[in-house]
Amino acid sequence: MTTEKDILIKADDLEKSFGDIKVLKGINAEIRRGDVIVVVGPSGSGKSTFLRCLNLLERPTGGHIYFEGVDITNPEVDINLHRQKMGMVFQQFNLFPHMTIMKNLTLAPMKLKKKSRAEAEAKALELLDKVGLADRANAYPNQLSGGQKQRIAIVRALCMEPDVMLFDEPTSALDPEMVGEVLEVMKNLAAQGMTMVVVTHEMGFAREVASEVVFIDEGIIMESAPPQEFFTNPKSERLKGFLSKVL
Amino acid sequence: MSFLTFAGWIETAPAWIQGMPEWLQNLLYQLYQTFIFEDRWKWFADGLKITFIVTLGALAIGIVIGVIIAIIRSSYDNLRSTKPSVLLRIANSFCKLYLTVIRGTPMMVQLLIMGFVIMIPKTDFMTVVCGILTLGINSGAYVAEIARSGIMSINAGQMEAGRSLGLNYVQTMWHIIIPQAVKNILPALGNEMITLLKDTSLVSIIMLRDVTKQTQNIVAKTYSPFVPYISLAVIYLVIVIILTKLLGILERRLRKSDH
Repeated sequence: MTTEKDILIKADDLEKSFGDIKVLKGINAEIRRGDVIVVVGPSGSGKSTFLRCLNLLERPTGGHIYFEGVDITNPEVDINLHRQKMGMVFQQFNLFPHMTIMKNLTLAPMKLKKKSRAEAEAKALELLDKVGLADRANAYPNQLSGGQKQRIAIVRALCMEPDVMLFDEPTSALDPEMVGEVLEVMKNLAAQGMTMVVVTHEMGFAREVASEVVFIDEGIIMESAPPQEFFTNPKSERLKGFLSKVL
Repeated sequence: MSFLTFAGWIETAPAWIQGMPEWLQNLLYQLYQTFIFEDRWKWFADGLKITFIVTLGALAIGIVIGVIIAIIRSSYDNLRSTKPSVLLRIANSFCKLYLTVIRGTPMMVQLLIMGFVIMIPKTDFMTVVCGILTLGINSGAYVAEIARSGIMSINAGQMEAGRSLGLNYVQTMWHIIIPQAVKNILPALGNEMITLLKDTSLVSIIMLRDVTKQTQNIVAKTYSPFVPYISLAVIYLVIVIILTKLLGILERRLRKSDH
């Protein structure tokens, strides 16, 4: 049985329009602690917009988002405090190119969590070591490969010790041979019990790691199910069509 | 204080000068009375001090004004789709007015207005302050547009990455956007600094004794403008060349992270 306390994020009739174009048309979702939600759907379906609404990088034009019980869509709420607990990983990595890897990782913990440099660096090194990049701490982002950059980007988000990690197509900008190393890091993260929301085209990852797969199309959640059922027994015609194209 | 004549100077000159052709003697005489007689090189030195103080002061003010305006203007542009607050809209209109007025009127006129209408400085110190303020306010308008292009040149993903970590808008600007923007606009900012240095020559109009004014004073004493004014041009040129070199070095150092 789940209680209210277990629900980490709740999207309530979420809507988002860009000008006249309605991208999200009322999305309801509950994400519980430890869930790995994989969001799939055709391009332009609104899945990235949905993810970006969760930490208010896009401000919803309707509905509410509750994070740890707080309505973060309320303009009175200081979203910066809540974002500290929501790590985000982008398709284009978005590392800070003018800083070394170590500075990339320690900037936010030092500024926001008031950690000492030594403390922040120790944490960063520990996490870097887990993704096998401890030796690159003093390199600059542009000296790294795409796969390395994305692993660093994941570590940067983890350095804030978030309660949930949001992944926006983390492997879509990578060369094929680098996709595996990033997915590996994400799998380990899931195995450690991290709550994750992942927008991706990697159906293998969805099948293997997801606790729930969500199919977004035309701005609504068309279907959602545990991966086994999702892939073997799709109900809607849209999902059947989509799966036949991507599998 | 004695008045120097060519005949008087040539009598006391050493023998190796006596043997020279007359045009060379004449040139040496002019150089002598421009720089050495009555320690006039000190006039240049004093003038250069004022020129540097005004340049650096104006540059500092210009950068502060420019960055603030650039941030207001680019924030406004970013938020235009989602209805910016009243305060931001007022600030943006004020910035646009400032840019229009300052860029639409000549620097000389601005100096005249500041020096003889608004501030009317009575002491040397206040004259320097007046010069710095006028040039700073003028330069701010140009720096603002340079800085805005710098901020706009940074990928939106950088702002998103900073904000997603929980940094607020100002923290993200300060730690992430501005350092990268500065690197991009350094050549343009260097140009602005060089323009500013040369524009300080206009402050002589408000009786500020910069190097140009001091040279004019020397000409007023010697009645021969050739050597003083050519020397003045050479002085500016040398400073600009040195500045250009220094900026090149700085630029290369900042590019360190790019490869």
